[in-house]
Amino acid sequence: MRELICIVCPRGCHMRVDGDLNVTGNFCPRGEAYAKAELTHPTRVVTSTVRITGAAYPRCPVKTAAPVPKEKIFDVMDAIGRVTLSAPVRVGQTVIEDVCGTGVAVVAAREMP
Amino acid sequence: MYELIVVGGGPAGLAAACAAWDSGLRHILIVERDRELGGILNQCIHNGFGLTWFKEELTGPEYAHRFIELLARTGVEVRTDTMVLDVTADLRVHMTGPATGYRIERAKSVILAMGCRERTRGAIGIPGTRPAGVYTAGAAQRYVNVEGWLPGRRVVILGSGDIGLIMARRMTLEGAKVLACVEVMPYSGGLTRNIVQCLQDFDIPLYLSHTVTQIRGRDRVEQVVVSRVDEKRAPIPGTEMVFDCDTLLLSVGLIPENELTERAGVEMDPRTKGAVVYENMETSVPGVFTCGNVTHVHDLVDFVSAESQRAGTAAAKYVLHGPAAGESVSLKNGPGVSYTVPQRVRPQNVEKAFNVFFRVNRIFGKSEIVVRARERELCRFKRDRLAPGEMENITVPVKLLEGVTGDVTVEIREV
Repeated sequence: MRELICIVCPRGCHMRVDGDLNVTGNFCPRGEAYAKAELTHPTRVVTSTVRITGAAYPRCPVKTAAPVPKEKIFDVMDAIGRVTLSAPVRVGQTVIEDVCGTGVAVVAAREMP
Repeated sequence: MYELIVVGGGPAGLAAACAAWDSGLRHILIVERDRELGGILNQCIHNGFGLTWFKEELTGPEYAHRFIELLARTGVEVRTDTMVLDVTADLRVHMTGPATGYRIERAKSVILAMGCRERTRGAIGIPGTRPAGVYTAGAAQRYVNVEGWLPGRRVVILGSGDIGLIMARRMTLEGAKVLACVEVMPYSGGLTRNIVQCLQDFDIPLYLSHTVTQIRGRDRVEQVVVSRVDEKRAPIPGTEMVFDCDTLLLSVGLIPENELTERAGVEMDPRTKGAVVYENMETSVPGVFTCGNVTHVHDLVDFVSAESQRAGTAAAKYVLHGPAAGESVSLKNGPGVSYTVPQRVRPQNVEKAFNVFFRVNRIFGKSEIVVRARERELCRFKRDRLAPGEMENITVPVKLLEGVTGDVTVEIREV
């Protein structure tokens, strides 16, 4: 039996998972999915910034378009750190297509005209 | 003459202006002191915004972008880089900015949506020297996420508010070593999910019932001393831990930024440090409404949007159909509750039900939220857990207030 707190939404359900991956204490199905993933292959969305030239500010916020394996977080950060964009950038624009072989894209999270 | 002037172009001001437009106002002005709309969302690059409002998980800038796009479809006028200096009780709004110079605009209604600011070192009086390297967490967030500067390499964070927790993760991802997060209370002030995904994910220790008792360093922070505190939050001698660090981030609370509200003569609530509001977010000054973090500090922007939408709709109703009528009952905080918003409800002005937002003053296990008029119980709501760091809200059917005069009390009973 393992206890964990759901991070899917701010509600923060206190959940219990047994050895057969039966989840209790979750308010919604997303909690169950999170609990199962957390015990088998935990993932996180990574948010950070990349350099940008020609915009009002020197950094553009980005995020992974989907969660990536937790153990790859720092590799993803390294890859993000090597990118420089130039303005204009549209929200949702792809910044890195397949980051660190995860199959997940890094996308811009705001308009930088 | 504008029908509505909204002071502040953050999430509260944006949602309020959009709602007022949708409710029929056509002469609306948003005044924003920054160069762009979106407010503090623009530096909150982490995700978790919008789950309630948009039913998807967005980052702060994306959440702001959604509202800026909605606003662009309206005819709402926006003046950025413009600072409001004064709002008078007869609804004249004094403002200044490089584009327009000093201007006084008249309005039929005003929505105050200025947000809040951070408590600083001065507000909590940490002893020690005055070196560089002591930042509020929000200032550090702006440096890292907008300006692209890392404010330090070895970091201690005082306070476990959400911004502090978010910055613990952010600084770690950017290569800094976060040595500890220190919280004077026996529980965290932030959302539980942030303890998990910002501290536990990166093995950052959280010291509850501890505080920073000294800052050392001449030009730059060199050490901070952390001590355990007793039940009265007094440091216990002999429990000192010394951290070698170059940076101390403070996440020790937010204060609604209400100078304009007070100058307008609006009745204030010392518990929320915001205006006393009615069910429709109207203040004691007719035609003046307030919403968002300037009214009470929220945990989630989704609730700011909902509250601000109510303010915008109410301002439109005020302009188009005249003042709201009816006697009001006062909401009081009973045992376990530290404040309520709204503070007053006019049953005649409520269609079906009204929402009450509040915070509890300690952690509760399985409990019931009880609403009563004197000794008569009106309704109760079950909760598995209540914590001061997580704002609660209940929906009370207005028909329950029939025959009620005077005060209505909201209290917590542990079961």
